[in-house]
Amino acid sequence: MTEHTPNLKAAKITGGVATDQRHDSAHKHVAGTAVYIDDMPEPAGTLHVGLGLSNVAHGTLKNVDLSEVRSAPGVVDVLTYADVPGENDVSPSGMHDDPVFAQGKVQFHGQPIFAVVAETREQARRAARLAKIEYEELPAIISIWDLDTEKDKQVASPLTLTRGDAAAAIAAAPRRVKGRMKLGGQDHFYLEGQISLAVPGEDDEVTVYCSTQGPSETQHLVAHVLGVPSHAVTVEVRRMGGGFGGKETQANQCAAIAAIAAKKHKRAVKVRLDRDEDMTATGKRHDFAIDYEVGFDDEGNILGVDYIFALNAGFSADLSGPVGDRALFHCDNTYFYPNVHAKSAPLYTNTVSNTAFRGFGGPQGMVGAERVIDEVAFAVGKDSLEIRKLNFYDPMGAPGDRNLTPYHQKVEDCIIQRIVAELEESADYARRRREIAAFNNNSRFIKRGMALTPVKFGISFTKTESNQAGALVHVYADGSVHMNHGGTEMGQGLHLKVAQVVAEEFQIDLDRVKITATTTAKVPNTAPTAASSGADLNGMAAQDAARQIRKRLAAFAAEKYQVPTDQVVFLPNRVRVGNQEISFNDLVKQAYLNRIQLSAAGFYKTPKIHWDRAKGRGHAFYYFAYGAACSEVSVDTLTGEYVVERADILHDTGRSLNRAIDIGQVEGGFIQGMGWLTTEELWWDGKGRLRTHAPSTYKIPLASDRPKIFNVALTDWSEAYEPTIHRSKAVGEPPLPHGMSVLHALSDAVASVADHKICPRLDAPATPERVLMAIERLRAEAAPKK
Amino acid sequence: MTTVKTRNEIRFILNSEDVALGDVAPSETLLDFLRLKRTLRGTKEGCAEGDCGACTVLVGRLSGGKLVYESVNACIRFMGSLDGCHVVTVEHLRGENGNLHPVQQAMVDFHGSQCGFCTPGFVMSLYGLWMKSPEPSDAEIEKALQGNLCRCTGYEAIMRAARAISDYGKVARDPLLAERRAVTARLEALKDGSRVEIGAGKSRLVVPADVDDLAAVLEAEPTATVVAGSTDVGLWVTKHMREIAPAVFIASIDGLHGMSEDKGVITIGAGVTYTEAFATLAKRIPALGPLFDRLGGEQVRNMGTIGGNIANGSPIGDTPPPLIALGATLTLRKGTVRRTISLQDFFIAYGKQDRAPGEFVEAVHVPVPAKGENFAVYKVTKRRDEDITATLGAFWLTLAKDGTVAEVRIAYGGMAATPKRASAVEAALVGKPWTEATVEAAMAKYAEDFTPLTDMRATAEYRALAARNLLLRFYMETTGTKAPLQVSRYEAA
Ligand SMILES: Cc1cc2nc3c(=O)[nH]c(=O)nc-3n(C[C@H](O)[C@H](O)[C@H](O)COP(=O)(O)OP(=O)(O)OC[C@H]3O[C@@H](n4cnc5c(N)ncnc54)[C@H](O)[C@@H]3O)c2cc1C
Ligand code: FES
Ligand code: FES
Repeated sequence: MTEHTPNLKAAKITGGVATDQRHDSAHKHVAGTAVYIDDMPEPAGTLHVGLGLSNVAHGTLKNVDLSEVRSAPGVVDVLTYADVPGENDVSPSGMHDDPVFAQGKVQFHGQPIFAVVAETREQARRAARLAKIEYEELPAIISIWDLDTEKDKQVASPLTLTRGDAAAAIAAAPRRVKGRMKLGGQDHFYLEGQISLAVPGEDDEVTVYCSTQGPSETQHLVAHVLGVPSHAVTVEVRRMGGGFGGKETQANQCAAIAAIAAKKHKRAVKVRLDRDEDMTATGKRHDFAIDYEVGFDDEGNILGVDYIFALNAGFSADLSGPVGDRALFHCDNTYFYPNVHAKSAPLYTNTVSNTAFRGFGGPQGMVGAERVIDEVAFAVGKDSLEIRKLNFYDPMGAPGDRNLTPYHQKVEDCIIQRIVAELEESADYARRRREIAAFNNNSRFIKRGMALTPVKFGISFTKTESNQAGALVHVYADGSVHMNHGGTEMGQGLHLKVAQVVAEEFQIDLDRVKITATTTAKVPNTAPTAASSGADLNGMAAQDAARQIRKRLAAFAAEKYQVPTDQVVFLPNRVRVGNQEISFNDLVKQAYLNRIQLSAAGFYKTPKIHWDRAKGRGHAFYYFAYGAACSEVSVDTLTGEYVVERADILHDTGRSLNRAIDIGQVEGGFIQGMGWLTTEELWWDGKGRLRTHAPSTYKIPLASDRPKIFNVALTDWSEAYEPTIHRSKAVGEPPLPHGMSVLHALSDAVASVADHKICPRLDAPATPERVLMAIERLRAEAAPKK
Repeated sequence: MTTVKTRNEIRFILNSEDVALGDVAPSETLLDFLRLKRTLRGTKEGCAEGDCGACTVLVGRLSGGKLVYESVNACIRFMGSLDGCHVVTVEHLRGENGNLHPVQQAMVDFHGSQCGFCTPGFVMSLYGLWMKSPEPSDAEIEKALQGNLCRCTGYEAIMRAARAISDYGKVARDPLLAERRAVTARLEALKDGSRVEIGAGKSRLVVPADVDDLAAVLEAEPTATVVAGSTDVGLWVTKHMREIAPAVFIASIDGLHGMSEDKGVITIGAGVTYTEAFATLAKRIPALGPLFDRLGGEQVRNMGTIGGNIANGSPIGDTPPPLIALGATLTLRKGTVRRTISLQDFFIAYGKQDRAPGEFVEAVHVPVPAKGENFAVYKVTKRRDEDITATLGAFWLTLAKDGTVAEVRIAYGGMAATPKRASAVEAALVGKPWTEATVEAAMAKYAEDFTPLTDMRATAEYRALAARNLLLRFYMETTGTKAPLQVSRYEAA
C-alpha cells in the first residue's frame, strides 16, 4: 500500500459509516496472501497432532493399548486424560461434562480419546490409527425422535414460557390442529477447519493462535486445562476462514490439546483437524422434534398455541440450554399469540455435542411457527400469506394490544407489515400466484410452488454478561490509528465496520485506521463474536475509545488556541479550531509534544435488557431485526428433484453501516438457510456413526443451487428504534431463516398434487427424497378410498 | 525387458520455475508439496478429497501439441502425475502492471470474498474459465464453479464478479497466455520419451514412457496401483492412508488420450478425461451431455478418466450404465495381449471385475445411436451438481414398425452391487406396444431386478421409486411431448 496523503479539502472522509466499502482484506483474499493460522510460518521444531477417536457411540474403555502408536515413526508423545495438568474439561457451561480426552467411558462415536504428537502431521495421523482399544459397548441413544421430553435425560435445565392460558384457549377454540415436525441439524462447514497453534513461552506462559470466535473463552478454558491463571495464556486470531457459530465453543478443545502438548514438550504444536474428523468430532446445529398444537378461529386467527421444542443436545450441555431458550424466544416469529405455552427439552443422546450455529436455535423456533401457520392456512383453506398477515404483531407507531411476546417483552419496533407489503409488490406475488396455478394445471410432472415468509430476530445475548465489549484505540504521533477490539473476524466484515466507526469518529480516511488481530492481551474478558452482536457491541466500544481521545484532542486544541471547545470541530482529515484549520496529523503531533494521552480503552454494555429465566419474563432483546423472503420453486414429481426459480428478499439492517457488506450477509445467510432446509442432511447409521462427514456426502449449496433470479434489497427507510451504533441493526443471523421461504415453496408445490387440500407437513431437510415421499403421501391421502 | 530410457526425477514447471524432483513419494500430493515444501500457502486445504475446490490450481499440459490449462484439485493430485506439466498457483497471478489480475480485481470490486478461505480456489477456477471463455454465460460460470464451495457469500457476488472479468482486462494480454509459446517449448523439451522411475518398495513410483511401456511395467509388476486421474486413488491416500506403491502414473501417456470414430463406434482411450470426452460425446450422443455436466465438478472432470470410472468397478460410477445401455465394449490389455469384452460383463460382483493382475483397461468402444434408436440417461442426486448418484438410469430402445418395442437395454447405477441391467423390466417391454400402459406394467417389474440399499444418499424405498419413475420419464420423452419433464436451471437448452 502506498503512503496516503490525506485530502485536506475533502467534503467527506473516505470510508466513514453508511458507505459501501470493500472488505479490508479482499485484496489479500484474492491474492492468497491473507494469513490464516495454517499459513503462518511455523516456529522451528513445530510438532503436529493427530487425534484418536472413539469407534463406538457409547461404552466404557476397557483396555486402551497405545503401544504401537507410541512406537510409530516420528511419534514424540501420546497424550491422554492423564496428561492434562489442570482440569480435563472444556465445558463452556461450567457443567464439567466436556472432557478434553475421554476418561473411562466414551459417549459418542468420534469422541477424542488420545492425541498423537509427532514430527509431521502425516506421521501423527498414521500413528493414530494403530491404537488397540477395547470397549464394553453400552446401549446408545442416537436420535431424539422417540425420547420422552418429561422422563428422558436432559443435559441442561429446560425453559418454559407461558402467557395466558394456552390449554384453555386451544380447548375453547373453534378449530384445532396438532402435529409434529422433524427438523434436521446442520454442519457449519466453515471452509477452514478447526485449527490451533500453541507456542510455549516462559514460566507458565503460552500463546495460542486459534481459529476461535471467542478468544477470551478459549483463553479461560486453556488456563483451566493447564491449571494456570488466565494471565498466563494469550489467545490471538487475525481472521477465521468462516465460523458461523462453529468456532464459538468448538475451537477450545483443539486449543487445549495444542497448549498441553506445547507446554509439555516446550515446542510449538499445531492441531489441525482433517475435514472428516472436524465433522465427526465437533458439534453442529441442533436437530429438533417440534410438537405443536394450535387453536384458531374460522378466519385463521390464532387463539392459543402449545409447543414442545425437543432438541438433540448430544452427549454434553455445551450451549444446548441457551439454544433451546432461543428457539422458544423465536417460536412466535412475527406473530402475536394471545395464549401461549412453550417448553424446551435439551435431550441427552450419544452423538456429538451440538452447539451454536448462526441463529442459535432461533431459526428452529421460527420454522416451528411457520409450520403452525401452514397448518392453520390449510385448515381454513386460505393462502398462508393471508394467515401470516392476520397474525402479525401490531406495527410500530400504531400499537394496539397485540404486541406482547411469549416472554412478556413488548414489541415496540415492528415493521413487518411494511416489509411484507413492499416485498409482495416488488416480487409481484399476486400475479405469480395466478401464473403458478395456471402452470400447474397444464403441467403433469413439473409443479411449481411459492411462499413468502417473514422474519423477526431478537438482538442481544440472553446471557446478560455477554452484552459487553471492549476496544483499544491508539493514535500514533503521525496521526495514524491502531484499532483493536474484542470482536473476531470470520468474513462478516466486522473489523471493517468497526474501523469505519473509528474513522467517522476522528473524521479521518478509513485507510488511516489499522485493523489488528484480536488478542486477549489487548482487550480482556470479551464476549464471543456471536449472536450477531459483533458490530453493535464492538462498534460502540471502539466509538467510546475514539471519543475519549477526540475529547482530549479537542480540549487540548481549545486550550492551545484559546477557543471554546465547541469551536473545535473535526472536519474530514482536519480540525477547525476557531477560524483556522489544522490537519488532523498536525494536531496529533502537537498533542503528543504536549504530552496528551493518545490511547484509550473503550467500553460498552447494552442498556435496557434484563431476563429472569426462572420467571420466563424480561426485556430479553434490545431490539428486533426484520425481513421477509419470497421464493418460487419447480419440483419434479417423478423424482422429487427441484430448482429454485426465483427468490426476492427485503431485509432490515436499520441505517446500514455498510450496505455492500450487509447485502453479502443477507445473500450468504439465505443460501446457508436454504441449504439447511433442503440438501444438507446429517445421517447417522444404526451404530451412531455420522456417515455424512465430508463434502462428498454432506451437500451444502453450490453456485448452481442459487435461485435463478435472486433479488436482494435492504429497507433503505429503516433505522434502529434504539440508539444502536449509528442506528444500524445487526445482520449476521437474521437473514438465515429466509431459507424458510424455499422450504415452504417446496411444500406449496407438493400441496398442488392434492389440490392444496392437505397440509404437506414437509419435514426438513427437504431433500428430493423427502419431497417425493411427501408427494406420494399426499397422492395416497387424496385418492378416493376404495 | 524394456529398452526405454529411464530418468529418476520428475520434471515440471512451477509458476515460472523449472523443477526437477528426484525425492518424491508416490503418495505425495501437490497440495502438500506446495504448502509444506514450498510454503506457497495461497492454495488452501478445505477437505483433502476433491470436493471443495479450496486447493484449486491450474495445470497446463500439452494436449495434441497444444498447451491447455485446466483447473484441478491439488489435494488429490499426486506429484507423480505432473511430469511434463506447468503448475500455476494463485501466487503466479498478476495483472499487466503487477497489479491484481482482472479475475482478482473483479472479485475484490464485487465483494466476492467474505472469509476469503475459498477465494484463491474460486479465483483459479474462474481464471481457468476466463482463459477459455472470456465472456462466459451464467451456465458456463456455474459449471466451472461446481467444484468450488463457498459457505459465506451465497455465490451471488462471485457470479457478478465472474461476469465482469473482461471489463478489467483482455484475455489477449494475459501474462500466462502471452507466454504460451515459450511455455509450450519448455514443456516440449521436458518430453524426452523417458520412463520415470523413482524409489523402491514402499516409495516406488513409475511414469511409463508410453502405452507399450505401461503394458511392460504392469506385466512386470502386476500388483502395482494404476493411477489415472486419481480422483479415486487420491482419497485412498488422503482419507484412508493406504499405501499405493508401487504406483504407476498414466495420466501423461499421450497414447491413452486418443478418441476416434469408425463405422459409428467411438473409441475412447482409457486416459481420456471427462472434459476431453465431453466435447465429442456431447456432440455425437447429445443425451450424454447433461450427464457429463453433472459428473463431479470441473476439477474432477479435468482429472478423472473414463477408464478409471470403469476400472474402479464402482456401483455408483456414472458412465458404466449409459455405456452398457449403448452396448459398449472394453479392450483390456496385458503385455502385448489384448481382449475385447462387452462392458456389461466386466462387472462381476461388488469389488470384483473381469481384470487379471497386470492387465489394464486400454480403451472403451461406444456405438453411436443410429437414427431411430432412442437413448437417454438420467442421474438422480440429493444435490443437483457435484454429487454422487443415488440412482441413475440409462435407456436404449428401438421400436418395430408396428410401434412395439423391438429391442431395449436398460442399465442402472446405485441399485445393486454393480452397474446392472434391468432384465425383468426389459422383458416386460419387448414385443409390447410402446405405450404408457406397457410402461406402467413394466414399472412393476423393478422389484424383480433390484433390491437397493439404504444409505446416507437415499433410502431403499426412494431409490426404488425414483428408479421406476425414470422409465416413465423416458417414455414421455420418446413421445415428443413439449411439456417440461425435468426441472432445469437453464431455459430450454
Ligand atoms: C469430488 C469428486 C466428485 C466425483 N463425482 C463423481 C460423479 O459425479 N460420478 C462418478 O461416476 N464418479 C465421481 N467421482 C469418482 C471418480 O471421479 C471416478 O471414479 C473416476 O472416474 C475415477 O477415474 P480416475 O481417472 O480419477 O481414476 P483413479 O482414481 O486414478 O483410479 C481409480 C481406479 O481405477 C484404476 N484404474 C484407473 N485407470 C485404469 C486403467 N486404465 N486400467 C486399469 N485400472 C485403472 C485405478 O487403479 C483405481 O483402482 C467423483 C470423485 C470426486 C473426488
Ligand atoms: S481441499 Fe477440498 S478439493 Fe482439495
Ligand atoms: S468467503 Fe468464506 S467460504 Fe467463501
